[in-house]
Amino acid sequence: MTDLSQGRSNVPQGGSQAPQTKTISGSKGLVFLEPLIFEMDHAGRTGVDLPDVEVSSDRLNGQRRTAPVGLPGLSEPQVVRHYTRLSQKNYGIDSGFYPLGSCTMKHNPRVNEKMARLPGLGDLHPMQPTSTTQGALELIDSLADWLKKLCGMPAVAMSPAAGAHGELCGMMAIKAAIDARGEGETRTRVLVPESAHGTNPATAAACGFSVDSIPANERGRVDLDAFKNKLGDDVAGIMLTNPNTCGLFENDIIKIADAIHEAGGYFYCDGANFNAIMGRVRPGDLGIDCMHLNLHKTFSTPHGGGGPGAGPVVLSEALAPFAPLPYVVHGDDGFDLIEHVSDSDAQPFGRLKGYHGQMGVFIRSLSFILSHGSDGLLQASSDAVLEANYLRAQLQDVMSVSFDGMCMHEVLFDDRFLKDTDVTTLDFAKAMIDEGFHPMTMYFPLVVHGALLMEPTESESKETLDLYIKTLRGLIDKTKSGDAPFFKNAPVLTPRRRLDETAAARKPVLRWTPPEED
Amino acid sequence: MRYLPLTDDDRTEMLSAIGAKSADDMYCDVPDNALLKAPIDLPSHTGEMEVEKIISAMAAKNLSPASAPCFLGAGAYRHHIPATVDHLVQRGEFLTAYTPYQPEVSQGTLQYLYEFQTQVAMLSGMDVANASMYDGATACAEAVLMAGRATRRNRAVLAGGLHPHYRKVTETSAHFLDIELVGPDSDPTHAALAASVTDLIDDKTSCVVVQTPDLFGRIIDLKPIAEAAHGVGALLIAVTTEVVSLGLLEAPGNQDADIFVGEGQSLGNALNYGGPYVGLFATRSKLVRQMPGRVAGQTQDVEGERGWVLTLSTREQHIRREKATSNICTNSGLCALAFTIHTSLLGEEGLNRLARINHAKACKLADLLADVNGVQVLNDSFFNEFTVKLSKTATDVVEKLAERGILGGVPVSRLLPDRDDLAHMMLVTATECTTDEDMDALVTALREVLS
Repeated sequence: MTDLSQGRSNVPQGGSQAPQTKTISGSKGLVFLEPLIFEMDHAGRTGVDLPDVEVSSDRLNGQRRTAPVGLPGLSEPQVVRHYTRLSQKNYGIDSGFYPLGSCTMKHNPRVNEKMARLPGLGDLHPMQPTSTTQGALELIDSLADWLKKLCGMPAVAMSPAAGAHGELCGMMAIKAAIDARGEGETRTRVLVPESAHGTNPATAAACGFSVDSIPANERGRVDLDAFKNKLGDDVAGIMLTNPNTCGLFENDIIKIADAIHEAGGYFYCDGANFNAIMGRVRPGDLGIDCMHLNLHKTFSTPHGGGGPGAGPVVLSEALAPFAPLPYVVHGDDGFDLIEHVSDSDAQPFGRLKGYHGQMGVFIRSLSFILSHGSDGLLQASSDAVLEANYLRAQLQDVMSVSFDGMCMHEVLFDDRFLKDTDVTTLDFAKAMIDEGFHPMTMYFPLVVHGALLMEPTESESKETLDLYIKTLRGLIDKTKSGDAPFFKNAPVLTPRRRLDETAAARKPVLRWTPPEED
Repeated sequence: MRYLPLTDDDRTEMLSAIGAKSADDMYCDVPDNALLKAPIDLPSHTGEMEVEKIISAMAAKNLSPASAPCFLGAGAYRHHIPATVDHLVQRGEFLTAYTPYQPEVSQGTLQYLYEFQTQVAMLSGMDVANASMYDGATACAEAVLMAGRATRRNRAVLAGGLHPHYRKVTETSAHFLDIELVGPDSDPTHAALAASVTDLIDDKTSCVVVQTPDLFGRIIDLKPIAEAAHGVGALLIAVTTEVVSLGLLEAPGNQDADIFVGEGQSLGNALNYGGPYVGLFATRSKLVRQMPGRVAGQTQDVEGERGWVLTLSTREQHIRREKATSNICTNSGLCALAFTIHTSLLGEEGLNRLARINHAKACKLADLLADVNGVQVLNDSFFNEFTVKLSKTATDVVEKLAERGILGGVPVSRLLPDRDDLAHMMLVTATECTTDEDMDALVTALREVLS
């Protein structure tokens, strides 16, 4: 997760020094000037061949559309070319190294895509009788079993659609458990470290809790004393990311769990960084009550330019009865799906989305998990941590590591190494793009100044890391040479150069409109 | 392991570079008793061929709608997806990109989101749309929360024909935020839906949520409800679970809806046993800063070239934290891309034809079923889905049809189990995928099962 708009100017700089790259067509070699589909409209063109069926006496209750929608007409080759060209303006993990911290941009195996499209899975309707979907329920149950065992937790809620949705699930389960104890009116405060993802406080608020921030200590971990001082009988729980967003394992985590339980609260763990400890540490052994797993991070399902994801939540004995609907059970005649409170022998807090969860994401994750097996997952997490530590070791003499000691799967630097260069974290990141590397996460977490958070993942070869290290060291040399304008100008080799975000927000243009309506 | 580039030699060299003797040294911050000493007792790694065998065996245990006459709907619809759609969404630059946080190298994602937003706004007749939500049900819940923020009122009216999953998801969110929900029971035999809703609207109402076509397939005239809502300063939220219907039906924006939410699965997205899908969310310009979710906007770069960025992020959780409009962090990017490509292929004429084919097929099916003894078609109006009342319990009928290899419809009791009066009712859908042979097979089988 990154944050583009904090701690820096949004105003583009260096326009006058831009190299002149104008062409007659507007395209630049293989980077095409591509209009919007609405600007390619040509009456009479179509990309589908459907019969022209007339509905003589419709049954539309007099609600038949009178005005056209306004969609453009394009042929199939135009559509193929348009979206192919758009794809070429994108950078993906398939294109190159993508060390975006807290995002776990690992390789997305294509067999997973193939499995998700199998007849009998990809085309299955969610409202088929469960007698005709036993294999699908078995798949969900099988993935659930892996997730429970990897986490050492007795239950898992499979339906949340994303990480933030999983947070909502976990915090709602906590609220329901507190309500069931009759303490709903009094336990209303949730403790959230200041290094947390923004989704954590937003989620707590969406469950009706107030948010109380806990400071970090000088080692980048929760300040245990400050945390204990904030405990009281109005505390519902803590939301803690572990490993945390500084890339560090919270070494006091068991003490934190004991303290929050003693105070009558619950322990929500943000599992965004599970890739560091998968197969090596079980959250259940740490005293965690619930934790979401980002299947689109740890278990390699494609991020797709921002979703879809899936965020199943593992639950402790204390919270398991409150898991939302629906869920899969082993019935007398095979697997069954509990979709209603009246069929449930527990106290589900409600429903989080339509149907049964992100099945397409489940299939891909199970395919990834079966491919790795228990040994492969353990090796993957070890490699991910090794790669991050290798970056730390090879860059720490020229960059400023925020916290000493071994890191987990990501390593946090701050901008002290840019002091007196007039180059900002943003400038530095943009110069990396011209070098063919996607930048690391910038300006997050907020606990250090000008953060640069790098997460290489287990998918990278040593050769890639070495080239990356060499490139960063070269750029750092350049910052010291006084050539700040080089950084302010970057990127220059991209389909677009720095974009004016301030203007975009001040006067939002959020859709195309026909020219005459401009 | 085929996905892991590091060799044992690499690992040894890198461990030495970081000053560690073994992998365990890197985990020195983990409390001793929590560090596992051996791999968790689960199967070991396996090759691609074996993985294919395991998952294919699970797939083979399901009855694929591709190999059975299928009349299922209730918010998820089987439509033909052009091969182009799935080919293009699998381009690695789309598939394996993260959220477009570095806009200079994400113009592909940002431009298609802008195209998606424009298409959703056009289809719904609204001014602006966001870059998508998890699904239709979550979009509905977010719309109710947004209406509360916009009107500073705490009570929402949900019409009876709202899909029960949309209702339950909204109830779940509302429960935790002390938002009151009121509304009439779902009843396919009740004709005067508008009246039953407008009676509940008063000056404490934040919004009225009306689905059209509704759960039972009926097409609702939104205008009188909009008028009643606006008369007391409340908003009208229009819901559509079948977006193809907008090719033939009047857009909610043209019927004075203030927020439109819907399920976009029907365009470009496979059924996937219920997810991932793509929630549609559109509204009026004046409400845009209350709108949840990610949104792409047009701007220019330092050379004056047109480009796109994520914008209005001051509404969002990564800036506003606990004061954000929503905790949502992602959208349903790739599903939105599939929607956009399919819609681009269809165009104005293609979408209109698709909608007409769906309606014509449903009309034909309704006429055929009306002639079957023990089947009563309840709808006066519908698009591609309608409700029938059977002489036997719908769940039993559906099971018997499944035994004959037919996915016959959705028993209303699957969604509303606590209502005895609905136990004989079944939702039936026809789309462009439904053939004459499929319809004949259903008619024949129903005659047997109901005799």
